[in-house]
Amino acid sequence: MSWKKYVYTFAITAVIFITAILASNYFSQKKMNEIKNIESRIAVDILASETQFSLLSELSCKEISSGLLSKELAALGDKLSYTEENRGSDDAEVLNLKKYYSLLQIKDFILMQKIKDRCGSTQNNGGLSIMYFYSNKGDCSDCEKEGFVLTKLREDYPELRVYSFDYNLDLSALQTLVSIYNIEKNLPAVLINDRAYYGFKSVDEIKEALPALKAIDAQKTKEAFLKSKQATSTKSN
Amino acid sequence: MYLVSESITYVFLFVALYVEVFFLITYFEFSSHSVSQSETSRDKHFFKFPSVSIIVPVWNEETTVLKTIFSLLKLNYPKEKLSILIVDDGSTDNTWNVIQRFFRHKQVKLLRKENGGKYTALNYALEFVKTELVGCLDADSFVHPEALKRIVTQFEDNKIMAVTPSVKIFEPKGLLGLIQKAEYMFGIFLRKVFYYLNAIYITPGPFSIFRKSVFEKIGGYKHAHNTEDMEIAMRMQKNSMKISNVSDAFVYTIAPATLRPLIRQRLRWVYGFIKNAIDYRDMFFKPQYGNLGMMVLPAAGFSVLSTMYFFGAMVFSWVDTLITYTKEILTIGISFNGFNLDFFYINTDILVFVSLIAVLGTFIIIAASRGLAEEKSKFGLDSLLFIVFYASLAPIWISKAVYNVVFSKNTKWR
Repeated sequence: MSWKKYVYTFAITAVIFITAILASNYFSQKKMNEIKNIESRIAVDILASETQFSLLSELSCKEISSGLLSKELAALGDKLSYTEENRGSDDAEVLNLKKYYSLLQIKDFILMQKIKDRCGSTQNNGGLSIMYFYSNKGDCSDCEKEGFVLTKLREDYPELRVYSFDYNLDLSALQTLVSIYNIEKNLPAVLINDRAYYGFKSVDEIKEALPALKAIDAQKTKEAFLKSKQATSTKSN
Repeated sequence: MYLVSESITYVFLFVALYVEVFFLITYFEFSSHSVSQSETSRDKHFFKFPSVSIIVPVWNEETTVLKTIFSLLKLNYPKEKLSILIVDDGSTDNTWNVIQRFFRHKQVKLLRKENGGKYTALNYALEFVKTELVGCLDADSFVHPEALKRIVTQFEDNKIMAVTPSVKIFEPKGLLGLIQKAEYMFGIFLRKVFYYLNAIYITPGPFSIFRKSVFEKIGGYKHAHNTEDMEIAMRMQKNSMKISNVSDAFVYTIAPATLRPLIRQRLRWVYGFIKNAIDYRDMFFKPQYGNLGMMVLPAAGFSVLSTMYFFGAMVFSWVDTLITYTKEILTIGISFNGFNLDFFYINTDILVFVSLIAVLGTFIIIAASRGLAEEKSKFGLDSLLFIVFYASLAPIWISKAVYNVVFSKNTKWR
């Protein structure tokens, strides 16, 4: 029996393990960088929009319509929550990115409010928004379900902006937002058109609170109906 | 809790990888030069064939026993040097009548006794053995015509006290047959590695050949929790008797074709392993027993533990995912938005990279084992099925065996 082999094997196994750790760290860092990049892109977007907005007070509402608001916010939210799940919500880096993300959401919301004030709420200028407050400290049993509902709504209505905030996040801007709208710590909570709703709200209940979504539904069925009618009429011709 | 389970996972992974690397290093360290050696010694004809007795213990095996005996009679070995002892261990079917056709056969001796279990049949037959070498062949197995010749050359070395063959599955059929085919080939690889490490701890029931003196020195077979072929090897190792292996001495055994008998067979094996390991626990981590004590036995014990742990973790995560999906479907109905192919969502945990390397090692072992088993290709359908299904199959009997050991339930042969 040679002890040498036991030592060699240990060395080789350790090298494999260290390589795996390095590789994992490398990719993990790469993902963090991707999130950072998206965040800074969104920051630039928002800043550009704000600047544009204040420069051209005469900017016609038509021009503002879709271009001003960042489209990456939703994708960023998904990636951030995936990262949070993998690295844990205590991870300092994750926490920082999350704070920044929350700030960006608030800024985006303010910008949207400004547009709304000037041009009124229409579907395509981003007038549709829901603010969602959750907690992942285990004190909110319905938050997971509410998350499913809002994800589905966001997928079904790309024009709907869902801003999600971790109620417990230590961020003064967020706490200000909470106190302005008087959001109690009774989670999940959603804020629709300045009104807070507490507890689990299903897809239908949210549609009820946000009639604009129903209008979109009606529009869609109408279009589908016209299309099918057109199809049948071209067929019969 | 999460942190604890994560650390355990890494420790288990590290040990598993350590064992795999150790076996692979050993294999490649020895395999390059040892093959040519054994070939040359086999070609020399100064070697005098020793006399051999093969014991065939039978119990209700009327359908397969003839084929087993014919395969022995067809062995390429001097007739006057080979005798066959068939022991009917109190069969209740037609076995005794079936074997009567060898009543006058010069090479065959028929014995009959009251039923007492396989080890009693072997011990009974051992009393009649007068030859230098003795082996056993289960009545569900057949030998390759050259197997005995290839095995006996090993006994040229006076220190070798027993030689193990390579066991393969006879005409593997169906999903379970193919999985077992790959598994047995894996076993051929492991036995080779254990041989290089001088740490063989099982002399398989089908066609392991011993010097008769082994039984004179350390006694006959024991009940040994229905795995007497493991106990005798452990006892030999404990008495510093060398056990060799010839990987091209092929024996073919009939594999259980359905899940139930397969589980029963494996349950007996794993249960026997654990119980014997407990009986011989003083050999674990003892340098005086060499690689067997320091590596092979602890690794075998570890494999039982780690299989249970990883399978448990796997089931746990399946259940977790299932619960999440159920919740989602109950809340918003079935909604499927295609797979997200964004690189971002590819799992890049340490676990993934280590597992990838472990799987790569498994592929190398499969290729090497197929080489030893004289298969034409390096990978086959059986290998694929083995990789896909074995990890969820083995935990069934392993966890049952552990359960039986903990709650002292005995296993049965059939």
